[in-house]
Formats: sequence, C-alpha cells, structure tokens
Amino acid sequence: MNRLRRTLLGALAALLAKPLAALATWNESAFGAKTPQDALKGLGAANPTASKEIVIDAPQIAENGAVVPIEIASNLPGTSSIAVVLEKNPFPLAAKFEFKEGALPYVKLNVKMAETSDVRVVVAAAGGRYYSATREIKVTIGGCGG
Amino acid sequence: MAGPMKMRATLAGGNTEVRVLMTHPMTTAQSGQPLHFIQNVTVKLNGRAVIEAEVSQAVSRNPVFSFRLKGGAKGDKIEVAWLDNKGESNKIETAVA
Repeated sequence: MNRLRRTLLGALAALLAKPLAALATWNESAFGAKTPQDALKGLGAANPTASKEIVIDAPQIAENGAVVPIEIASNLPGTSSIAVVLEKNPFPLAAKFEFKEGALPYVKLNVKMAETSDVRVVVAAAGGRYYSATREIKVTIGGCGG
Repeated sequence: MAGPMKMRATLAGGNTEVRVLMTHPMTTAQSGQPLHFIQNVTVKLNGRAVIEAEVSQAVSRNPVFSFRLKGGAKGDKIEVAWLDNKGESNKIETAVA
C-alpha cells in the first residue's frame, strides 16, 4: 500500500516538476531534416505557392553569418504561422512561429547562416494553404561554429 | 550558461511592440560543444498564449526576438518564456508602457 502510494506520489511530483516540458512540442522530423525539401515535408508544406504578400527584410550581404537579422511580415489573410528555412544550412529549418488571436503575423529574429543561401519563408494562411517567398542573403563568414 | 532575460513592451502605431532578449549559448552540432539550444518560446498576453514558437540551433547566441500584438493598452501583462533541449527554462514578465 505504502509502496503504491510512494510510486503514485513520485509520478505526480515528476509531472508537476516539468509542466512546461510536458506541454511543449518540438517538430523533430522538420527540425531534424537535412534538406529544405524534407523540412517543408516535415512542416506539412511540401509544395507552397509563391506569394508576394510575404515581406522579408534582411541585409543583402551579411558579413557575419553568426548574426543575420531577418524581419518577416505576412499580408496574407488568415496567416496562422511563419516558418524560416535557411536553405544551405546543415539543418535548414531555423524556426516556426504560430500566431493566435491577438498576435500580428510579424517576427524579427537573428539567425546563423553557414554560407550564402536563399532564405525561404513559409506561411500557413486561410484554409490551411501554404505560401512562400525567398530572398538571397550573401554571407562573407559562415556562422555555424558558434 | 543560460542567464537573465530582458524585455520591453511599448505601444507603437496602435499596436504593441515586444522586444525580448534571452541569454543562452545556442550551441550547434558543428561547434564541437554539447548541443544546447532553446527549442520553445511562448508569448502570453494577460495570461493567454498568443505566440508559440519552435526554434532550432540556427537561432543566434543570446537570441533577440521582436513580436507585434494587435492593439493593446498600457499595463497589459506580457510574459515570454523559453525552454531548451536540456529542460532548462526561464521567463520574464513586463507591463506594456
């Protein structure tokens, strides 16, 4: 009886200790992908439609690949997520942002780029349809050793 | 080592602009050091999740993110939390100024 109670209490304590970890999800198949195509498949966005309604603001030339600022806004109605794919990185998917009621489909972040490459932004919009836009960023010194 | 966070939330053009800085090594598989990076970032507005992000080792060391929230008012509570691949976490809360 006591042993059962201890076991149950132990399990309960373990659950309480990591509430965030238990709730958080991380798309292993998309983030573990080694090609941009596999990353898109992992996101469920294998064939996105090209769109000019996705605005990518980034430097044309990044001298330091360790810190490349990228600013993204989507003008597509019903945008629910924005994903950033650095096409020539060893693991191309850099980030995916989900926007719920109250958030605007906008994000600015700094990423590491291994070499000059297209940055592909993939947006999920109304009806669960996927759209994408690309922008080339030239990298003088690669930044994945950090 | 993972360390303190900084955050600023201000009203701009009728919306709320959130800028948050995290102290984290964000080490890659290529660096020769143990892989250690933030995987999840959550932004809450008055206790409700409005942005949920999954990120990889490709995000730069000591990550800085800017987000925008629709509308907003002075005093709204913004919370940003992160969780990394080793189960370490941190969060910061501020009121919109």
